Amino acid sequence: MAAVSQLQRQFIEYTTSLYNEGYLDDQFTQLQKLQDESNPEFVVEVVSLFFEDSEKLLNNLATALQQKIVDYKQVDSHVHQFKGSSSSIGAQRVTNVCVHFRNYCEEKNLDGCLRCLQQVKHEYILVRNKLEALFRLEQQILQAGGSIPMME
Amino acid sequence: MEDDNAEDMEVEILSSMWPEDIDAAGKKFNVEKPGVGQDLLENLTFNEEPSIVDFKRLLELTNYSEKGSSQLSYLVKNWEWKQENAVRLLREELENLRKQQHGFELKKLKILEEHRFEDDNYGGDKRPISILDEVYEIFQDVPKRRSDVIVQDERLEIEDEYDINTVKYWKQRALHLETLLNTSVQREQILLEKLEESIEKLEKQSSPVEELSQILKRADNFLHFVLQNAPVVIGHQDKELRYRFIYNHFPSLREEDIIGKTDVEIFKGGGVKESQDFKREVLEKGIPGKREITFETELFGAKTFLIYVEPVFSKAGETIGVNYMGMEITDQVRRREKMAKLREEIAVQKARETELNKTIHITEETMRAKQMLATMSHEIRSPLSGIISMAEILSTTKLDKDQKQLLSVMLSSSDLVLQLINDILDFSKVESGVMKLEATKFRPREVIKHVLQTAAASLKKMLVLEGHVASDVPIEVIGDVLRIRQILTNLISNAVKFTHEGKIKINLYVIAEPCPKDQKKHENNEPQSHETVVWIRCDVQDTGIGIPETALPSLFKKYMQAGADTARKYGGTGLGLAICKQLVELMGGRLTVASKVDHGSTFTYVLPHKVPLACDSSDETDEFHDGDDNASMEEEEEEDDVNCGFFQFKTRTLGSLFGSNGSGPTHELTRNEVGFDKPDRFGVPVETSSKCNLENSNTDRMSLDQDRPFHDPCIQKNRPSKTNMMRVESTTTASKSSVRPKILLVEDHVVNVMVAKRMMRQLNQDMDVVNNGVEALRAVHRCDYSLILMDVCMPVMDGLQATRLIRSYEKYGNWDEARLAGVDLHDQISKEPRKRIPIIAMTANAMSESAEECFANGMDSFITKPVTLQNLKQCLEQYLPSL
Repeated sequence: MAAVSQLQRQFIEYTTSLYNEGYLDDQFTQLQKLQDESNPEFVVEVVSLFFEDSEKLLNNLATALQQKIVDYKQVDSHVHQFKGSSSSIGAQRVTNVCVHFRNYCEEKNLDGCLRCLQQVKHEYILVRNKLEALFRLEQQILQAGGSIPMME
Repeated sequence: MEDDNAEDMEVEILSSMWPEDIDAAGKKFNVEKPGVGQDLLENLTFNEEPSIVDFKRLLELTNYSEKGSSQLSYLVKNWEWKQENAVRLLREELENLRKQQHGFELKKLKILEEHRFEDDNYGGDKRPISILDEVYEIFQDVPKRRSDVIVQDERLEIEDEYDINTVKYWKQRALHLETLLNTSVQREQILLEKLEESIEKLEKQSSPVEELSQILKRADNFLHFVLQNAPVVIGHQDKELRYRFIYNHFPSLREEDIIGKTDVEIFKGGGVKESQDFKREVLEKGIPGKREITFETELFGAKTFLIYVEPVFSKAGETIGVNYMGMEITDQVRRREKMAKLREEIAVQKARETELNKTIHITEETMRAKQMLATMSHEIRSPLSGIISMAEILSTTKLDKDQKQLLSVMLSSSDLVLQLINDILDFSKVESGVMKLEATKFRPREVIKHVLQTAAASLKKMLVLEGHVASDVPIEVIGDVLRIRQILTNLISNAVKFTHEGKIKINLYVIAEPCPKDQKKHENNEPQSHETVVWIRCDVQDTGIGIPETALPSLFKKYMQAGADTARKYGGTGLGLAICKQLVELMGGRLTVASKVDHGSTFTYVLPHKVPLACDSSDETDEFHDGDDNASMEEEEEEDDVNCGFFQFKTRTLGSLFGSNGSGPTHELTRNEVGFDKPDRFGVPVETSSKCNLENSNTDRMSLDQDRPFHDPCIQKNRPSKTNMMRVESTTTASKSSVRPKILLVEDHVVNVMVAKRMMRQLNQDMDVVNNGVEALRAVHRCDYSLILMDVCMPVMDGLQATRLIRSYEKYGNWDEARLAGVDLHDQISKEPRKRIPIIAMTANAMSESAEECFANGMDSFITKPVTLQNLKQCLEQYLPSL
């Protein structure tokens, strides 16, 4: 039981730090609130979907920006999607980079776009690692028989 | 008589010329010269005039030289001749006078005799004859007595003939004649006196040497005066080139220092020998000459002299020495040299200027040409991409076999043109220095793998593609991965093009730095102390047709291919290798080739790469640098991939081989088997089989546009339980109960859909989901909804247009406008008046402008993304009052 409470404490601390460091915002809390007994895996599912989608988008972006004729409209639509999905799960740092990214798209600034792509990848990987860690922690808590503490 | 007269005339004319002639000849000899030989004298005087000044000098100085002595003797002879002539003339005159006197005496005697016989007849009848007087007057002036006498004589005779009548007359006449005779005698006396006086005078003047020497002295003085101030050295040297005479010699030297010595004995230093040799040359050849000689002597330092040397000949015609004249022209030479230098500089400057102008001109031309090329390429590119995309779209429509084939040719041709234009653009970018290199971290192994994958994906023949990466190649290096991929892709596609069977191999390994330091050209890489540079060599080896040796030198030139027939047979722009070479060189490396006809070619590039610190890579190792979406999230597999040194790809099947030719490669490629079936991993695609290797980002991109994930049967099949809810439930909506308000979500994004759906579930609402505007129209067409949540930005048809069309339908009851927009919907038989469905926009940009746009297009409200439960709830409460 002590192990569980320690894990729970760790979970809270970690989640708090994620919010404090701006990796996540309230939208993530929203997701967590949407999860209930009937949908115990909802957050993980959504986030997994986000990961899958993000990776595709990042690939698409990388490919689009590698083209000899960069189709900025297409890039922009990818970024737009990325922005949408990241904001939907509350990955706010990714969302923020996407905002800049779209500006560069509008300017058709290839250098800026490529820089943003690197940045957004970086942010994405960070948040992915964080979320994966968070989910592992959740798993551990659940496996240890505890319940996930609710964040307010 | 007549003859006499004529003679008289002639003589008179001559005599009148005399004084003038003498005047013209100069008044050196104040001697009255007789007319005879006048011409000779005149000539001589004229001839001698310029050399007279030399006379004494030559007499003194060069009495042994031929020229001098001849001149001297000439002058003496001349003078002697003149004197002789004068004496002779005088004598002749004297003789004449004597004859006249004798004649007169004879006449006198005769007259006296006559008088004796005819005394009376002769008495006092004499008239004075004025003519004689006149004659005498002339006589006084001009010493021409002979003729005068003759004239007188004649007249006398004439008179004789006239007056012989009376004795008286004759007596008178006799008397008169006597007086005349007396006067004549008197005159004769006077004349004699005069003659004597003249002779005396002549004798007085007869030593012209004195006068000449005076003249010469004056001339000499003048010469001295001139020469003393003239910067000219004048000298005479004998046969042995010993100075016999020198004028204006160097002041510090005494006469005895010079006379009797040669140049070499007097001076020491540069130029002395040369001048001596020159003098000797003149002496030997006997031809005068001029030469500039620069002396460098202790005595007077560095000085340039213009030297004139002329040979002196003896009477016998042999050279007995040289006359030497020297003038110091150091300053002039210096000035001249300066001038020459200046002129040369000016010429060089001018040449450079013209060269520069030419270069500028050429550069401008080139720039303009390049600019034009770039502009043209751009201009061509945009319509071309239009053609290509239209053709691609066309290829997805229903086409028969022939049409498909035509279309595929069209597509590949336009691809080729696009490639060519891209190459040209790349090339002009590199050439004009616009090309910038990026410095990013990348994994060489992944690059190799991906390039090979890509190549294998489009393989149309049975080939094996292999990649070997040596273990010492770092996992991550820094460089411009895009460019490196471009180079590799180019080399590989070349290899594939020219290889009909066998394998194509990439070898990657680390080599020692080929050329220390100076080749680092990484513009974007700031030198960092913690970074080390590795040189990586890459061999791209094929077993193709090879390149003949003769074609190797031009291989990397623009628009060059190994041979004309090669170009015809294999196509291509001929720019690829040139670009590769330029890119490699831009990155500070080298690209070389080795080839053997029928055995294959090996292209090798060597590039410097920086190696990042190991710890850098820990957190952000991202598989996406390559766009390689198959790279695994599986940590173990990732590790494998990172360290794997060997990749092999083969052409898959003949089926895919031909299939990929046609309507698009996507259909032949199996999608990733993606699933959530591994609960302990977080739903990332897992590379499950090696055939997935053949998938590449290009095809993936296309597939994403055409096959939205929700319609992808593959995905749906693999996610049986969890993705079902997201499917478009258009088929089932009709059977749903109409009790509950129907909500339609129009949203293309997976995550958003999932979240929204979940929220609706939370709010206890059921919801249909479609992915774009067109689908929304169809859904609206199919059944009634109470509320539509409409994303604004969507593919195919955006939310704004969809809303507009729905509003139009609501207004007119038909889908005419939708049909105009290309959406084919059948008009339904009119039901009851259509309700206005509330449409809520979901926008990502919360900007007012976009809100206005939403309202303008007939939307009722909007909620900003990300949609929160709260927002959604409010919205539903507002627009679904039945809740």
